[in-house]
Amino acid sequence: MKRCRIEIEGIVQGVGFRPFVYQLARRHHLAGWVLNDSRGVTIEAQGDTAAMEDFLHALRAQAPPLAVITRFKTRPCPLATEDSFVIHASNETAERRIQIAPDTYVCGDCLAELFDPADRRYRYPFINCTNCGPRYTIVTGVPYDRPLTTMADFPLCADCRREYENPASRRFHAQPNACPACGPRLSLHDGAGRRLEVPDALGQAIALLRQGRILAVKGLGGYHLVVDAANDQAVAELRRRKTRDEKPFALMSRDLEAVRRYAWVNEAEEQLLLGVERPIVLLPRRADHGLSPRVAPSNGFFGVMLPYTPLHHLLLEDQFTALVMTSANLSDEPILFEDGEALTRLSDIADAYLSHNRRIHTRTDDSIARILAGRAVLMRRSRGYVPRGILLPQAQPTVLALGAELKNTICFTQENRAFLSQHIGDLKNLEVLRGLEHSVDHLGRILGLRPRIVAHDLHPDYLSTRFAEELPEVRRIGVQHHHAHLVSCLADNGRDEPAIGVIFDGLGFGADGHIWGGEFLLGDADGFERAAHLAYLPMPGGDAATREPWRMALSALAHAFGESLPEPAFFPTHAPGDLRLVRQMIARGINCPLTSSCGRLFDAVAALIGVRQRISYEGQAALELEQIAAEGEQGRYAYELYDRQGPFVVDPAPLIRSLVEDLGQGVAPGVLSARFHNTLAAMIQEVCGRLREGSGLNLVALSGGVFQNRYLTEKTLPLLERDGFTVLTHSLVPPNDGGLALGQAVIAGRLAARQQQS
Amino acid sequence: MTNNIILLGHGSGGKLSHQLLDDVIIPRLSGLPQREQNDAAVLSHGGRRLAFTTDSYVVDPIFFPGGDIGDLAVNGTVNDLAMSGARPLYLTVGLILEEGLPVADLERVLDSMKAAAAAAGVAIVAGDTKVVPRGKADKIFINTAGIGVFDHDLEILGSGARVGDQILVNGTIGDHGMAVLAGREGLDLHSDIQSDTAPLHELVADLIAGVGRDLHVLRDPTRGGVATTLKEIALQSNVDLTLEEPALPVGEAVRGACAILGLDPLYVANEGKLLALLAPEAAGRALDIMHRHPQGRHAAIIGEVTGASAGKVYLRTAIGGLRAIEMLAGEQLPRIC
Ligand SMILES: [Fe+3]
Ligand SMILES: [Mg+2]
Ligand SMILES: [Zn+2]
Ligand SMILES: [Zn+2]
Repeated sequence: MKRCRIEIEGIVQGVGFRPFVYQLARRHHLAGWVLNDSRGVTIEAQGDTAAMEDFLHALRAQAPPLAVITRFKTRPCPLATEDSFVIHASNETAERRIQIAPDTYVCGDCLAELFDPADRRYRYPFINCTNCGPRYTIVTGVPYDRPLTTMADFPLCADCRREYENPASRRFHAQPNACPACGPRLSLHDGAGRRLEVPDALGQAIALLRQGRILAVKGLGGYHLVVDAANDQAVAELRRRKTRDEKPFALMSRDLEAVRRYAWVNEAEEQLLLGVERPIVLLPRRADHGLSPRVAPSNGFFGVMLPYTPLHHLLLEDQFTALVMTSANLSDEPILFEDGEALTRLSDIADAYLSHNRRIHTRTDDSIARILAGRAVLMRRSRGYVPRGILLPQAQPTVLALGAELKNTICFTQENRAFLSQHIGDLKNLEVLRGLEHSVDHLGRILGLRPRIVAHDLHPDYLSTRFAEELPEVRRIGVQHHHAHLVSCLADNGRDEPAIGVIFDGLGFGADGHIWGGEFLLGDADGFERAAHLAYLPMPGGDAATREPWRMALSALAHAFGESLPEPAFFPTHAPGDLRLVRQMIARGINCPLTSSCGRLFDAVAALIGVRQRISYEGQAALELEQIAAEGEQGRYAYELYDRQGPFVVDPAPLIRSLVEDLGQGVAPGVLSARFHNTLAAMIQEVCGRLREGSGLNLVALSGGVFQNRYLTEKTLPLLERDGFTVLTHSLVPPNDGGLALGQAVIAGRLAARQQQS
Repeated sequence: MTNNIILLGHGSGGKLSHQLLDDVIIPRLSGLPQREQNDAAVLSHGGRRLAFTTDSYVVDPIFFPGGDIGDLAVNGTVNDLAMSGARPLYLTVGLILEEGLPVADLERVLDSMKAAAAAAGVAIVAGDTKVVPRGKADKIFINTAGIGVFDHDLEILGSGARVGDQILVNGTIGDHGMAVLAGREGLDLHSDIQSDTAPLHELVADLIAGVGRDLHVLRDPTRGGVATTLKEIALQSNVDLTLEEPALPVGEAVRGACAILGLDPLYVANEGKLLALLAPEAAGRALDIMHRHPQGRHAAIIGEVTGASAGKVYLRTAIGGLRAIEMLAGEQLPRIC
C-alpha cells in the first residue's frame, strides 16, 4: 500500500479534470480524494503500489483534451483510513495559480447530441460539456465555479444538476451546463432592439438572412454582423451601413467542404481551421468563388472560420455556402458585447438581432491566423487562445507589460509563465482604452496578480505609455519597441540565448529618437545592440505618410534621385499642388520625422508601382503589394550597404532607381513586386551573414508585422537556412505589435531579477 | 525629469514643458501647486487686487502673415492678464537684439508694438535693451511683463471648471501656428493663412459684464493649442472634458494645410483665441456676446465638462466614437504602424 499527494497546475479546471481523476482512481481501485483549489487540482490517493504507478502515469498521459499541465508534483504521505474515492468541494487557498481555459469550439459529442432528435438538448444552441464551451468570456472571478461565471444567472434544473454532480458524466462540474429547461435562451429583436415574440427565433433569423437582411448575432466574445456572403446586394449594403469600404469581411462556413467551394485549403490550413481554437484562417480564394466580390475587394484571400458555437452550427445548418461574420462595431470601435449597447448602437446597421441572455463578461474578438512556410502564424491572438499561458525559459518577478498603442495586448507574468491578454485594439479609441483598463483589472484578478513592475514602450505619446505613467505605486520600465519584438520571438520559441533579430515592422520609437522599423538587432532579454538598419527616410507629415503611401513614394524618390528627382507621372490620383507641397516638406524637413521603417518602404514601393496611394485599413498597401507578387520571378535589385561607424546602413536607393527604370520599361507590377520582395530576402541574408562574422551568432529571429508577409517569409527562410542559420519565427503570439507585450514583460522581468540579485 | 539636458521639446508647451516647470522650475522658485498655476498671478495690495504676468517671445520668422513679433509680444501679455479677468494697464519691454539686425526691422517691430499697445489701451512704461553677438540670439527676442487691475470681484481660475460647464472658443483655431510655419518655410499653401494675433481683454470685459459669475475659466490656447490648454484645465479642475469634433471651428485653409502637413489643428498655436468655460445656462448668452464682438465672430460651443475628478479630455469624432486627448510629449510624432 502507498499514498501520494499530487499537486497539478495548469489548465486543469473547467476541463473535466476531476471526473477524469475520479474515474481513473475508481478504475484502479484507489481510495482518496480530489479537489479544485486556487492552485489547480490537488489529489490524495492510496492503493497498491502497482496500481498507484499506473494511476500516476495515466494522470499525465490520458488527461482530458483541454487540459494543459504546467506543473505536476507528487510526494508520499501517511496512509489514511478511507474506503472510497471522492470529489471534495472547491477550496480557495491564498495562492491562485489556476488557469482559466480558453473558450472552445463545441465538441463532437455535444454536436452529436445537438442534432439528435431524441436528445433532450436537440437543437439547443447553448449545449456544452467539460470538454467544450464558453470559459474565459463568461468568467467573472476565481475559482472557476458557476457562481463566478455569468451562468450564475441560471439555476440548474434537476436533470442538469444530476449531470453536474455525477462524476461519471461528461458534464460533471461543467460550469456552463444548461438545457432548454433551465439555461439561456435565444431572442429575436427588430432593428430598434424591440424583442419580437416569435416561436422560432432561429428560424426567423435564418429566413431574414435568406432575404438578404443584415443581422447582428451574439456569439461568444461579442456580436457579429452577419449577411449571406453570396448575396452581393446584402454585402454591399453592409459595407455602406458600416462605412467600411475595403477592409475584408470574415466568413464562416458549415464545414470544409463548403469552404472548398470558394477557397483553396491545404493540409496545414485544414488543421488550423479544424483546431479547437477555431481561428479565422486566411485562405487563397478561388477564381470561381461564387461569393460577392465585395466580401474582400482587391484581396486574393478570404478570412474563413468554421462554426465554433452550437448556435453557429444551427445558423449554417444547410442553407448558406458562407455567411459574412464581421465584428459588430462602429468603424474603429471595439466589438460590441453588452446587450444594451449592442441593441442601441447598431440600430443604423442591423435589420434585426439574434441575441440571448447569457452575458458576456469579457469582450473577445475572433483570432486570425495564416499558414506561412507550412506553420501557423497568428496575426491576432484572441478567442480560443486566451488566457492560455506561455511557458518562459526562466522564472522571473511578476510583471505587467502594457504593449503598443495599436493592436494592443497586455501581458502578465508569474514565475515562468506569461499570460497574454486577448486582442484589445487601437487605444486611441476610448472604448478600447477602457478595455485595456478592464483587462489589467480582470486578468490580474483571475490570475491573482498585482504586479509592482510595469513595462511599457518608449514612445512618449503611446496611450499605453500614458496608462503606465498613471498607475500608482509601480516601478516603470521602458522597453525599446524592436527589442521587445526580438525578445517576444525568442520567448515564443522558448529561447533564451542571444540572436540576430531581424525586426521589420511599421514603426516603433527608436532609442535615438527617430522612428525605427527596419532593424537588425543583436541581443537577448538582457540587452541589445542595433547592428544594422534601413537608411532613414523622411516621413512627410508623420502619420499622414502612413495613411497616404504616395508620400513615402515621394520621399523614397527624393532619397534615391536627390536634385534630379524625376517627375512622378505615376501618381494619377494627386493634385499637383499637394505633390509640390510634400516635396517642399521633404526638402526642408518640415514635419518629416526620419524613419528606417520597412513597412514604409513597402508603402513607397506600392505607391510607386501604382498599387495603392492611400490606405483605408492598416497595412493595406503592403498586403496588396505582397498579393500581386509574381510567383516564380527570380529577379532582384541592388541595394547599398554602408559600413561606417556604428550600425551598418542598408540603403534602398539603388532599388528605388532600378524600380523606376523598370517601371519606365513597362515591366508588370507583379514582377516589380516580386523583385522588391526578392531584394529584401537577399538583403536579410547578406546582412545576417555579415553580422554572424562579427558576433558568432547563428540564431536569427524574424519578428515585426512585416513577417506576416508570406512571400517575404517564404523567400527569406530557405536563404537563411541554406546558409546554416537556425531561424526562429512566431507561432504562439503574433509577429506584429499584438505580440509586443510578451517581449516587454520578459525584458522588464529579467532586468528586475538582475537588480534583485545585485 | 528624465533628461539631464534641455531639449527643444521642453519648449513645446506640451508634456515636456510641464515636466520642466513642475520638476525643476516651480519647486525652486515658487512652490506653487499646479492647481494654482494660471496665466497671471493675482496679487492683493492695500485691499486692491492686481494681476501680474510676464512672457517672452521668440518666433521665426519675426514678420509673418497677419503680424510680427512686436504685436505678438504686446497682445500675448495683454491676453495673459485678460485671462485672469483683469483690465491690462501697463507693460514693460525687454529687448534682446542680435548683432546685425537691421535697424529698419527693429523700427518696424517697435512700431507694431506701439500700435498694438495703443489698440489694447495699455502703456509701455519701462524697458531694457541688450545686444548679443551674432548667433547668440535669433534676430530679436522680446520679453514683456504686464500689470492689470480688476473692475470686479470674480475669481476666474484654471481650477474653476464645474461639471456641466460649456466650453466656448471665440473663433477658428490653428491660424497663428500655421501662418508662422508657412511664413518660416516659405510654403506655397496657395491660400493666405493669417495669424490671429489680437488683444482679447475687451471681449473678456464684455463676457464678464454679460455673464458675471457664470464665467468660470478663461485661458488662451497658445503653444500646444486647444488640446494642451484643455488638458491643463481638466487637470487643474479635476474634471473630464468632452470636445465635439464637428463643432471645432477650423478655417478651410488651415484645415487643408494641416491635412497636407500632417498636423492636428487641436495642437497648433493660437494668439488671439480664448477658451471660456461657463455655466450651461449662460452659454447661449456668452455665445451671443462673442458673436457681436470682432474677435468672436466665429465663436462656437465646442464641448462641455462631462465628469468630475479624472482630469481627462475626450474628443467625440464625427462618427460618434470617443478618443482620449493627451498633451504631447513634444512635437507631434507618428504613432500608427
Ligand atoms: Fe511593431
Ligand atoms: Mg502666454
Ligand atoms: Zn462538449
Ligand atoms: Zn437544465
